[in-house]
Amino acid sequence: MSQNLNAGDVCLKVEKFNAWYDQFHALKDINMDIRKNKVTAMIGPSGCGKSTLIRCFNRMNDFIPTFRQTGKILFEGNDLSDRFIDPVEVRIKVGMVFQKQNPFPKSIADNVTYGPKIMGVRQKSRLDAIVEESLRNAALWDEVKDKLKSSALSLSGGQQQRLCIARALAMQPDVLLLDEPCSALDPIATSKIEELIIQLKEKYTILIVTHNMQQAARVSDHTAYLYLGELIEYDETTKIFTAPAQKATEDYITGRMG
Amino acid sequence: MIQGAQPIQKIIAAQKRNEAIFRVVAIAAVAISLATLGALLFDAFSDGLRRLDWQFLTSFPSRKPERAGILAAIAGSFYVVSLTSAISIPLGIGAAVYLEEYAKNNRFNRMIEVNITNLAGVPSIIYGILGLELFVRMMKLDRSLMAGALTLSLLALPTVIISAREAIRTVPSSIRQAAYAVGATRWQTTRDHVLPLAFPGIMTGIILAISRAIGETAPLIMIGALTYVAFLPTGLDSPFTVMPIQIFNWVSRPQKGFFECAAAGIVVLLILTLMLNGLAIILRNYYQRKFSVRSL
Ligand SMILES: Nc1ncnc2c1ncn2[C@@H]1O[C@H](COP(=O)(O)OP(=O)(O)OP(=O)(O)O)[C@@H](O)[C@H]1O
Ligand SMILES: [Mg+2]
Repeated sequence: MSQNLNAGDVCLKVEKFNAWYDQFHALKDINMDIRKNKVTAMIGPSGCGKSTLIRCFNRMNDFIPTFRQTGKILFEGNDLSDRFIDPVEVRIKVGMVFQKQNPFPKSIADNVTYGPKIMGVRQKSRLDAIVEESLRNAALWDEVKDKLKSSALSLSGGQQQRLCIARALAMQPDVLLLDEPCSALDPIATSKIEELIIQLKEKYTILIVTHNMQQAARVSDHTAYLYLGELIEYDETTKIFTAPAQKATEDYITGRMG
Repeated sequence: MIQGAQPIQKIIAAQKRNEAIFRVVAIAAVAISLATLGALLFDAFSDGLRRLDWQFLTSFPSRKPERAGILAAIAGSFYVVSLTSAISIPLGIGAAVYLEEYAKNNRFNRMIEVNITNLAGVPSIIYGILGLELFVRMMKLDRSLMAGALTLSLLALPTVIISAREAIRTVPSSIRQAAYAVGATRWQTTRDHVLPLAFPGIMTGIILAISRAIGETAPLIMIGALTYVAFLPTGLDSPFTVMPIQIFNWVSRPQKGFFECAAAGIVVLLILTLMLNGLAIILRNYYQRKFSVRSL
């Protein structure tokens, strides 16, 4: 497997990583370096372990009792699964948007400010600024600016998903994990989010799971193809989409499989 | 059409018939329970209303039925129920939060769970025996308000815990994940998201448990609550009586006048219970609306 990616600092280093749900071997011997300030796309057929892997980067699998893992994921030089690493600290630095939109049943503004508030931001003007900036970045501001106090659950599914993106952005994390962020969005909102992703990589390291090949090709610098828990191929996106090294990758991308 | 399917008209007719039957059964069920409640109220009110006046509400018990009153019992019930709530609600919610959000799924915790479920089915007199031994004798609380409230708390706790756990379990885990993902701790997630969403359900359990505690007689008789109390409770260590005990006492007297006192006492007990339930339901509905979909 070729790993001659664009030079650049490594943000997350996955080493000999295996994961299980009970007896089910969900991730098999994954090795990959995720580069800083790049967009890394993860593609692969449904059930291949993309969500499982992305959840390992912010310790969200801690809440699944049957989950077990071996190997390492190094972030800023520390193993994320080390006993003395505080998962709360990891999640502050590594933000996440889930596959299914999950706004809090609170007001739109409260959804965005919840994270900053628990981080101790109290000043009203500062919170208001965070709300506006985050919602603008998530391409939602114009639609909700007159009803920031109404329930987040009154928004449409796609709007809710953008609100969840805004909520993650409000934390200004170092890494942003996006698990199919556009699966509930129309083409206009999708292209807004894609623009945002490209723009955000100046500041953030971004991982995005997507079933949309064009989207992976448009926004990502690197692409990883997973199949049945294995990392089949991981390379620069242009390479993956023009001259993949593996036949399996080519079959998937061209729609002959998966 | 699916091959082998019945004609559509036939299916629809059958469904309509089932629906009609179901409706009749449902209406009958509601009618029967309403009729029972109506009969109960009518019975109590027709005997009790004559005796129910200001004098009755503000007098202590007396040897003469026409001078007897329920004041000491109302005060006693009020204090006992307040104390019971103050003890069992925080303890019960705390236990439920621990079991649902913190406890590992190991054998010890499963054993605790099974035991709590079983405790909810234990007859109340058993709690009275436990209260007598534990609070009255060992902790030397004597026949005090505190002993009564602790005993009733034991009785209320399983119901509060079980219903709070069920309410907590209905909070979708995606909400918890959303909170964790922005760096909330377990406690922050529980306090800011899980408990507010579970609140209406928890409230339902509390209503059930506390209404039961108000009407409970046996365990309090067991720990030796008095039947003749001519003073208001003065503190946690004060002897006391409660409404059901007072009513029971009047019913068991031979004179006709005390029978009327009992009926009037029942009316007071019913009204106070309904008021308390009403208040709790208003609170619950307020919160239900507060977290419902379209309004906030
Ligand atoms: N909580 C869980 N308990 C048991 N097995 C699980 C759990 N979550 C996922 N799995 C299994 O792990 C495998 C990978 O699941 P995962 O959710 O990571 O797939 P995915 O690649 O994200 O799929 P999709 O594209 O459909 O979202 C699947 O076979 C799934 O059945
Ligand atoms: Mg997934």
